[in-house]
Amino acid sequence: MQTEYISAFDVVIGVLWRFWPVWVALILVMSASFSYRRKLGLYGQLFDSGVGIAGVFICLFWLFTAIFASTISPFDPLAQVSVMKDTLPGAIEPASKLVYYFGGDKLARDVFSRMVYGSQIVLIIAPAATGFALMVGITLGLPAGYYGGKIDTLLSFLANLVLAFPVILLFYLLVTPGIMDTPIPYAMAGLFFLFPIIFFCVLFWTRYKNRPDRLYILLGITLVVGGWIYAGLVFDKDPLHIVHIDPNQLNIFVAVVFASSPGVFRIVRGLTMDIKTRDYVAAAQTRGESPWYIMLWEILPNARGPLIVDACLRIGYTTILLGTLGYFGLGLAPESPDWGTAIKDASRLLRSFIHPALPPTIALMSFVLGLNLLADSLREQSMKD
Amino acid sequence: MFSFIARRIGTILLTMLCLTLVVFFLVNLEPNLKKLAISQTEMHTPADQLESWLVNHGYRQNFFLRYGQWLGVLPKHPITDPATGKTTQRFSFCNDPTEPQFSGVLQGDFGCSTKFKTTVAAKLFPALGATGLLMFWVLAVMVPISLLIGILAGMREGSRTDRVLSVASIASTATPEYVSGVIFTVIFASWLGWLNGSAASASQGITFYNFTLPVITLAIYGTGYIARMTRASMVEVMTQQYIRTARLKGLSFSSVVIKHALRNALIAPFTVIMLQFPWLLTGVVIVEVMFRYQGFGYTLVEAAGNNDIDLLLGCSLVSVFIVLITQLISDVGYAFLNPRIRVQ
Repeated sequence: MQTEYISAFDVVIGVLWRFWPVWVALILVMSASFSYRRKLGLYGQLFDSGVGIAGVFICLFWLFTAIFASTISPFDPLAQVSVMKDTLPGAIEPASKLVYYFGGDKLARDVFSRMVYGSQIVLIIAPAATGFALMVGITLGLPAGYYGGKIDTLLSFLANLVLAFPVILLFYLLVTPGIMDTPIPYAMAGLFFLFPIIFFCVLFWTRYKNRPDRLYILLGITLVVGGWIYAGLVFDKDPLHIVHIDPNQLNIFVAVVFASSPGVFRIVRGLTMDIKTRDYVAAAQTRGESPWYIMLWEILPNARGPLIVDACLRIGYTTILLGTLGYFGLGLAPESPDWGTAIKDASRLLRSFIHPALPPTIALMSFVLGLNLLADSLREQSMKD
Repeated sequence: MFSFIARRIGTILLTMLCLTLVVFFLVNLEPNLKKLAISQTEMHTPADQLESWLVNHGYRQNFFLRYGQWLGVLPKHPITDPATGKTTQRFSFCNDPTEPQFSGVLQGDFGCSTKFKTTVAAKLFPALGATGLLMFWVLAVMVPISLLIGILAGMREGSRTDRVLSVASIASTATPEYVSGVIFTVIFASWLGWLNGSAASASQGITFYNFTLPVITLAIYGTGYIARMTRASMVEVMTQQYIRTARLKGLSFSSVVIKHALRNALIAPFTVIMLQFPWLLTGVVIVEVMFRYQGFGYTLVEAAGNNDIDLLLGCSLVSVFIVLITQLISDVGYAFLNPRIRVQ
């Protein structure tokens, strides 16, 4: 049977039309942000430059794509319709009369739907892993920079140890199917996921230790929410069955956090060593504040500018790492729609078909580009202050 | 200065010791040993024979004993047949000793590759040579281009040239090797047909036709980063008093840039270029797999995929050494280039 095709122009219009929830959300958010940009602090200042607007636009585009993925994509990302195998862009699926906008891949799946669903995986794992890496890096980097001495020597040595590993070797060792049979990933997850709980407990304790009414509420919330997520993520024993993570994804998550937290550690340590010589830190020391109060409430807020910029860049870098993992077929399931796996599958067949390779590559590149533009613009804005 | 370098080399050795211990631990996890035994025996071998293969080849000895043997501080033992008491080589394909002797990394014996059926040295060093060639061309392309972009952008901060070049360098840092590799292959190999999408033939001899794609793919990711660092350094230098003095003396803009700014602006990028090596190592793995070039990265992937213990340890040792030694060179070189810095 001959497959029917729609014209290239119709493909473009059709793709733009499929993204309608994203456009609606983008128009609402962008226009609201633009009109109130004077009241929105650092985020509002992004709208003063073209680079900043472009960065916000691209990041929000992929954020909304991930949120509305089920509405945007016409097909299930894993469904195989055998007549559509290796079809070119614009082929019409005979049963439902819907279009394979970017064609079908070698397993007859819709490339467009896979690209859209791939954004979900990236946008969940990359920011979350970056968040955990920030927590680990901050909690260890502050004391290393503030106290110096032995603790600094030890922690810096450990950080340099991890940084001396080529990332790819680390992944080959840590993200293999075999390692899931050993307790290593769970032990590492148990260690890393403890850091946010410790961080927030110390944060509230140092601030409110003389105000028990506030302190106990905040500590209670931290321990209950933190413990609940901890139980769900590490032991997969969430009593309500809401927080759940696939063992494979846990393994990737842990490996990515492990690979990127030493970088955060180094930055936080450097910033702390710089900031601790300032007058307001000396003033706090003279007031008799505890070291952790000074670190968390005097030094950390003043280090936020470079840290926000670094977090943006780091989400992009984590996205690249996830793509690398997918490209080498590590961790993620082989049929997973994430961009790295899609690029791997398509790049093997570049000689015969190029259309399945381009959507995931351009998607990954544009998302990282958006984050880098955002980081660049944030850096410029924070340097103006 | 001398004691600084000595201390750093001490740290490097300690780091390498720790890291190889970690790698040794990870490759000797139970599932990995099973994988190795399955890949080294006939298909459908029953579990007890897999186990006896592991015992026979010494994989069931004490962990630290085996690490010591690999390192060369403990003697390596041949296989002894318990019935006859006759000793045979552990692996016949790489001249293992038939009597106990010290033969580890410290003695220059990197062990035996189970995947390639040869010694690690025979596999690893030619591969390193091939990758060295790739690295040379990558640096020869990447360094001049990125320095030029950085200097042109940083010369006049905020100008149109600066904006365009800055966005271009940001775009290049957002393009990992597996993305640019696919895009370049589509454009130059599939559409235009100018270049070869595979560098497999480059092992026999490199040509423009088969080597350009791997080189530009690897170069493009680092270019943007070095260019941005050069730009930042150049911008800083251009605001210095001595540049203003030179301008007020009546020198032309171009001679101020070439004679006064350039030398001072190139100190910082030197460090950045040196610190690019760890990133290039990851890129090398991706590019060599993508373009089927038989170098270090390809060897590493094969070793990791087959849990080839000695080869993987050799690869880790080499890559960690490269990372640490470039860090040392960058620190020492920085002190030499910048007389204001004194190493303590």
